[in-house]
Amino acid sequence: MNELQAYLLISAALFCVGLVGVLTRRNAILVLVGIELMLNAANLNFIAFWSFSPNAASIDGIMFVIFSIGIAAAEAAVGLALIIAIYRHYKSVNVDEVNSLKG
Amino acid sequence: MDLTLFIIGVATVAAAIAAMSLRNLIHCVLALAVCFLGVAILFLRLGAEFVGFAQILVYIGAVAILIVFAILLTRSGGEEPKPFFNSQWWYGLAIAVAVFGCLSFAILGGKSIQPQSITGNSTTVKQIGTELMTTYVLPLEVMGILLTAAMLGAVVIAWQKGERK
Repeated sequence: MNELQAYLLISAALFCVGLVGVLTRRNAILVLVGIELMLNAANLNFIAFWSFSPNAASIDGIMFVIFSIGIAAAEAAVGLALIIAIYRHYKSVNVDEVNSLKG
Repeated sequence: MDLTLFIIGVATVAAAIAAMSLRNLIHCVLALAVCFLGVAILFLRLGAEFVGFAQILVYIGAVAILIVFAILLTRSGGEEPKPFFNSQWWYGLAIAVAVFGCLSFAILGGKSIQPQSITGNSTTVKQIGTELMTTYVLPLEVMGILLTAAMLGAVVIAWQKGERK
């Protein structure tokens, strides 16, 4: 196992831990935390591939991660505002109690 | 794969698992901040200094604090009520384990990658700034519009209309 594969394995583990959180936790805030973990895993993949790439002059990997961090920040702000609005309406942030649209 | 990378990786993944499995939400966010710090250290090890420090500033300084505010505003701090996983937690765990198995099989089985040395790539903040102002100027402007719209949207969504008791 070379070093790039070690970084990719760490990233895959982070992604799957985030996926477990998104799929299993009841609290909507922790679902958002899981999404943040998955975004971080993707960023780690970008940086790992950039750092080991043969094209040393290119900084595309850095640019991808910078824009990805910006989008993640916007997503967190809007998501938490939505959770606060849901809490105000339902008095609960558990995702299985917010089921008005369930058929 | 050397020992420091192993320790940092294990600590990062352990913090992530703690963030997803603890019962007290405040403890979850503290574990999440540790996990973000581990990812930032990995960025620094990989030679991406600017992204590492941006990770600390944005994630630990802003996102983690924002999540703490959301927890306190929704009054869900302290111990959660008893079933803190939903009823289909078994399926979620099975899916995630299957995804991890698939990913690690692909990573360990792939033989097309011949990685260069890690010190081959190094970039300066000046270089990043120049690129942002020349090649990537349109994405930068779009990002500015997106952040403005997201900030306004967050304020509008969380706005309490009228005064209710």
